[in-house]
Amino acid sequence: MNRINQKLQEDKKLLSIYFTAGYPNINDTVSIIQDLEKNGVDMIEIGLPFSDPLADGPTIQASSTQALKNGMTTEVLFGQLKGIRQSVDIPLIIMGYFNPIFQYGVETFCKKCQEIGIDGLIIPDLPVDVYHEKYQAIFENYGLINVFLITPQTSDERIRYIDSISNGFIYMVSSASTTGAKVGFGDQQTQYFERIGNMNLNNPQIVGFGISNNQTFTQATQYAKGAIIGSAFVKYVTNEGVGSIKKFITGIKN
Amino acid sequence: MNYNVNEKGYYGEFGGAYIPEMLYPNVEELRQNYLKVMADPSFQKEFDQLLKDYVGRPSPLYFAKRLSEKYNTKIYLKREDLNHTGAHKINNTIGQILMAKRLGKHRIIAETGAGQHGVATATVCALMGLECIVYMGEIDIKRQAPNVARMKMLGATVVPALSGSRTLKDATNEAIRDWINNPVDTHYIIGSAIGPHPYPDMVTKFQSVISEEIKWQLKEHEGRENPDYVVACIGGGSNAAGTYYHYLHEDDVNIIAVEAAGLGVDSGESAATSVLGKEGIIHGCKTLLMQTNDGQITEPYSISAGLDYPGVGPMHAHLCKTGRAEFMAITDDEAMKSGLELCKLEGIIPAIESSHALAIFEQKTFKPDDVVVVSLSGRGDKDLNTYINYFNL
Repeated sequence: MNRINQKLQEDKKLLSIYFTAGYPNINDTVSIIQDLEKNGVDMIEIGLPFSDPLADGPTIQASSTQALKNGMTTEVLFGQLKGIRQSVDIPLIIMGYFNPIFQYGVETFCKKCQEIGIDGLIIPDLPVDVYHEKYQAIFENYGLINVFLITPQTSDERIRYIDSISNGFIYMVSSASTTGAKVGFGDQQTQYFERIGNMNLNNPQIVGFGISNNQTFTQATQYAKGAIIGSAFVKYVTNEGVGSIKKFITGIKN
Repeated sequence: MNYNVNEKGYYGEFGGAYIPEMLYPNVEELRQNYLKVMADPSFQKEFDQLLKDYVGRPSPLYFAKRLSEKYNTKIYLKREDLNHTGAHKINNTIGQILMAKRLGKHRIIAETGAGQHGVATATVCALMGLECIVYMGEIDIKRQAPNVARMKMLGATVVPALSGSRTLKDATNEAIRDWINNPVDTHYIIGSAIGPHPYPDMVTKFQSVISEEIKWQLKEHEGRENPDYVVACIGGGSNAAGTYYHYLHEDDVNIIAVEAAGLGVDSGESAATSVLGKEGIIHGCKTLLMQTNDGQITEPYSISAGLDYPGVGPMHAHLCKTGRAEFMAITDDEAMKSGLELCKLEGIIPAIESSHALAIFEQKTFKPDDVVVVSLSGRGDKDLNTYINYFNL
């Protein structure tokens, strides 16, 4: 069974952390992953940096730009991740925009992911219908779970469709925004979380966007299986360095 | 061969809507409505009326006698430079502002490079009394101060794009991000024949008035609707799309697309996407774009801000791949020389973008009785500083 599915079966709320590969320094990738697991993170999204990250706010834009300047490429990332399964057990997901994956070759990319032990992909600008028609069979062939996003504006009908072609979890974007744009949740978000909760979807939901601390993590996971922290973590690493990851994670969990 | 968009939003293998889910409701709303709205007689009437009374259409099709004599062929100029705001851009912004109103949007966003599309958007927003926010790269804001002032006078808010290379590509990213953050009340007026479906098709149809007019105007001049060649410069490709549109399926009409070679196609400072680009995804569509082997989008270069874009619209990518259009590349120097030549021979100061299209007569020989229609997409007022610096005027 895929590590993501296994993890989703655990009787706990899941904390997933996003970081940009190659940031702050090119060789931080593996030590960040190991540190996150050691400190009790349940799942990791490894950001493959892109020159034009349309869905991201300033924090992740800046980390992506810096990572590319540091020399991060798809090939370099795969090189760094080789052997990662000797030291890390939690699910690893690569999150990246479609063009670098398309240039690498979708099938080659998926094959490489399988070899390394990557469990899933999040590709925000790969449309659901294109995935379904052209790539779903390839992803499945290499044991990869593709994770789709939904937002407060996504219609029930479309959510049902996305649920039907998902086989891991649904990434529930908390509000219509780019990453890191808003912090915290209001009534609108809780209503939306409740609405989705009441749809009894096949796939559990994990909330992303707007989660930065213990309070927002607790709020989000009241309605969902887990929550993802991205910009807040990247910002923390920018300010505090990679040496104090423990402090950040402890702060979220308690 | 079909050169128009298919029902799934593709031109051959190019096009589509490669957008994050956050944009899906907005783009889908537009996709479901745009053809219906455009076909509505009341929309048509309002669009045509504004093009006539406000933009000043039809724009003349002018037989350039002295230029024709010099190159020993028959050259006609489609005078989009005479439109209100000085370029073809306004054809599209008029259409899209009417579309936005019919979709109930009251906040308008746009991207701009040189500022021509920004000015054309600010203009129609003033006309309709709608809020207007224009994203413009920080570097372009410094380079194009007069257009920034124009937009402000017209009531628009100009927001500097501070990310990436701080030029057109990044201004487009910022506009898309704004749209993600404002999913209900906002319409994004994309300025070129790019972006997720249905934008390339919608922009092309609004610009197609150019070739619609060429047909009857040429009939008056030459007794035939079809020239032997239609020629236009291409950045994203909106003036080109409009110039070609009614000729795409006329086999006797040759199509020439002129890209900016910058300092030379192989110089590393170029915007000749058809030569340097590969298939990929930019700003929501699959098309040809300039990128690294690793799929990172690279920075183009051209002396002309309007051609300084790392991709081409998906329709043009298809025209290139199928061989329907002949692509030519013109350097900064060649374009500047041809721009000055048009001033001296015809008394017309062209935009540097349009000067690229004019420069093909130095590279390619036409027959004396060939009829060649060149889209003069814009006037050169905005480029005076560049002309002054280049020629030490």
